[in-house]
Amino acid sequence: MASHKTAQIRLVSSHDEVYEPCDDSFALVDALLADRTNLLEHHPTLCMEIGCGSGYVITSLALILGQEGSGVNYIATDINPHAVKVTHETMEAHGVNAELIITDIAAGLENRLAGMVDVMVVNPPYVPTPEDEVGSEGITSSWAGGENGRSVIDRILPVADNLLSKKGWLYLVTLTANNPSEICGEMRKKGYASKIVVQRSTEEESLHIIKFWKDLDNEIEEINDQSPTGFMGSLLAQIPLLSLWRSKQ
Amino acid sequence: MRLLTHNMLSSNIKGVVNGFPLRIEAEKVLEKNVEMNSDFLKKMFEKIEWKAFVEASRGMGYTELPEEADSSMLDSDEFLNRFHHALLELHLEEGALVCPETGRRFPVRKGIPNMLLHEDEV
Ligand SMILES: C[S@@+](CC[C@H](N)C(=O)[O-])C[C@H]1O[C@@H](n2cnc3c(N)ncnc32)[C@H](O)[C@@H]1O
Repeated sequence: MASHKTAQIRLVSSHDEVYEPCDDSFALVDALLADRTNLLEHHPTLCMEIGCGSGYVITSLALILGQEGSGVNYIATDINPHAVKVTHETMEAHGVNAELIITDIAAGLENRLAGMVDVMVVNPPYVPTPEDEVGSEGITSSWAGGENGRSVIDRILPVADNLLSKKGWLYLVTLTANNPSEICGEMRKKGYASKIVVQRSTEEESLHIIKFWKDLDNEIEEINDQSPTGFMGSLLAQIPLLSLWRSKQ
Repeated sequence: MRLLTHNMLSSNIKGVVNGFPLRIEAEKVLEKNVEMNSDFLKKMFEKIEWKAFVEASRGMGYTELPEEADSSMLDSDEFLNRFHHALLELHLEEGALVCPETGRRFPVRKGIPNMLLHEDEV
């Protein structure tokens, strides 16, 4: 079992009201695989997923990085109780485990877990929808993201910033409609650099998996740099594809 | 739910000032062996609120942890074994986590705590 690098679809559990692994889930796991060497050298102690759904992503991360014996522990949350149960079954089927909590984003963890998460993975509900579909009952809340698909993402980003350790990394799935360049700009203000690890276009959507990390060297410089060109300029240096997004808008 | 997680969880009901530590009501506790990693234990030791940890372990029926601990004890294998056991091998399978301030019970079913709040608690 340990020879498989990621979760196997046939071992992923399911439920009517739980998001099944889709293109976005696969893109996120591909990003983790693409960054595998870095992840192993990063020696994370605590890894976390917000919105674990079927458990496909956190199971894959655990297979990539190893378990307690390797000194790594995992925490996963979802607001949907069925999803957390399905994640538990998926992990068990792969012989890995995580601490699972039914909660809204990371409510209940924000005091004591602050600054402790070394790797965070998030495939949020990102589809632009009417605001009242966000957080509604059932499967809808697994993808409904409100205006520009940003409602849940914008609540997750400050939580991620609070929970990530000094060396913490965040891998986030975004859609072009979410305005990823603006998300990177918001995170830049909090002192994070970013880059696209995987970009994938399907007929319906164009997905970007963005990795964020604390850019400790440049933090002060950026805060002092108020000129819009300087700010965007440094962003563009980080992410060449930003120019692409900008020209599309 | 392991005690590692218990030590990181607080009650976040609106208006609650000190929601930590949650009191454990144990109906069913499981023990699952996992490989020990002393580097992990040493890193976590700095983050653990020891008093809450000892209290929680008692709530789970484990009484072998010393009342107080400091980092010099990490050199002792016996201490590391006990710390490892309490932190990672004990699982609250069925029971509840009780908010120290309001008495609100957060249920734990099949090892999974449900921290979702009711509308009037947010
Ligand atoms: C797009 S699905 C991703 C599922 C899984 N991680 C994957 O990649 O296949 C988004 C998940 O986030 C969960 N979710 C939505 N809003 C949430 C919130 N406020 N807090 C925690 N989880 C949430 C949904 O229940 C759903 O399981």
